[in-house]
Amino acid sequence: MLDININLILGQMMLGLVNGAFYAIVSLGLAIIFGLLGVINYAHGVFFMLGAFIAYMLGETLGIGYWGALILAPLMIGVLGLFVEVLLIRHLYKLEHLYGLLLTLGLALFIEGFLRIVFGPQGLPYAIPANLRGAINLGFMYLPNYRAWVVIFGIILCLATWFIIERTPLGAKLRAATDNPQMVQSFGINVPVMLTLTYAAGVALAAAGGVMAAPLIAVDPSMGTNIVIVAFAVVVIGGMGSILGSIVTGLGLGLLEGFAKAVYPEASSTVLFLAMVIVLVLRPRGLFGKMA
Amino acid sequence: MLEIRNLNAWYGESHILHGTNMDVPEGRVVSLLGRNGAGKTTTMRSIMGLMDRTSGTLNYKGDNLLNLRPDQIARKGIALCPEDRCIFPSLTVTENLFLPPIIAKGGMDIEEIHTLFPNIRERAASRGTDLSGGEQQMLAIARILRTGARLLLLDEPTEGLAPVIVQQISRTIARIKEHGYSILLVEQNAHFVEGLADVHYLIENGMIVDRLEGTEFARQISRVEKLLGL
Repeated sequence: MLDININLILGQMMLGLVNGAFYAIVSLGLAIIFGLLGVINYAHGVFFMLGAFIAYMLGETLGIGYWGALILAPLMIGVLGLFVEVLLIRHLYKLEHLYGLLLTLGLALFIEGFLRIVFGPQGLPYAIPANLRGAINLGFMYLPNYRAWVVIFGIILCLATWFIIERTPLGAKLRAATDNPQMVQSFGINVPVMLTLTYAAGVALAAAGGVMAAPLIAVDPSMGTNIVIVAFAVVVIGGMGSILGSIVTGLGLGLLEGFAKAVYPEASSTVLFLAMVIVLVLRPRGLFGKMA
Repeated sequence: MLEIRNLNAWYGESHILHGTNMDVPEGRVVSLLGRNGAGKTTTMRSIMGLMDRTSGTLNYKGDNLLNLRPDQIARKGIALCPEDRCIFPSLTVTENLFLPPIIAKGGMDIEEIHTLFPNIRERAASRGTDLSGGEQQMLAIARILRTGARLLLLDEPTEGLAPVIVQQISRTIARIKEHGYSILLVEQNAHFVEGLADVHYLIENGMIVDRLEGTEFARQISRVEKLLGL
């Protein structure tokens, strides 16, 4: 018997929007890397997790707090991404997508296993920044300030990324390079460097998400795997490689998950994948995907 | 300006160009005529560094282009307008126009381009692929005029276009020539290049088989058309 309470539904959907912000940030990077580089980057979740771990380590070893970590961790992961692209990923561009998936899966398992050996499997605590403690009364719920910040900053981050790709000359070059990299290179644009920077930017975005998640969920080596699976569902539903599709679907799936938690909690974690199956059957190219 | 000596080029194991020799002097229009599969586009792609493997000499203003990346070659001042025009479907006309970076001073400014191609101004916000074939060709040429490149490689600019558009393209190339650009013009249409080019090369099976001065070309046109299979 369903016991429906409107305040409960609104409250859970608000909290679902927080998760949705994380889904959108992570799947956005995943969509950019797939759309522009053609690589199914399974290691994306690991970069999310590394963002959280770097935030934790910066705090523990150098006393650098949340705000410093929110800048430094994406930069550090971006630099790591440069090396990963140059040393590993770029050798796969001419191969089937499966090879990229397998390589990044191996990379993800290695990094996750390594951190489990170093830090153990248990979650590590990370404090909410002092200026974001407390809560706002929304009428139907008290929303913690930090969660409100995550939603607002997450949406700003996503929209800024969308704007850069869809509305700037740099984004036009990236979109053109997706269509015909050889021709874009013959215009005098160094496409290999552009792809390296795109990969770095995509994983830096995941790291920013990881730092934002650190105060909400325990910092542990498996946190990336948990989110990357949902992010894959978001990218498939939104349309492989669609930037806007990832943002809208990420937030939408967060709301759907929140709604399910309110009305039928047992189904909350599976409803996302049910949505993926339905979309794949009815519209295989995804909600925002273009025809092949 | 551009000296091509003993140029060989391969697609995988297929040997396409067999020791091509030709010159594109500064400020001149040079045509390269041949049938389908003769090696015209391969010559263009070899100059731009887009082939799997090449050997020989591609000397441009004293630099050998061989083994340079396409972006490095473009930054030497060479621009390619490809056979398929390569208008990007996800970009607007304006985005397509501004896609190639400025590589040197002296390129046409946007006002000059709009004067030369009025349709580009009118269709600025359209998707590139919403344009007609003629408009796409104009956009593909306009795109490389902005960059400051001085050697333009135009690969079959009249292919698939109506006669009235072909005339328009011809007038456009003549005006571009007046601006002092050097042009290598690949074509199958001998009449199109007749009044435009200063020098004509005929290519067959990956080899240059004849070179004709512009003045001589009219007298030889029936022989040229026979070679082109017309």
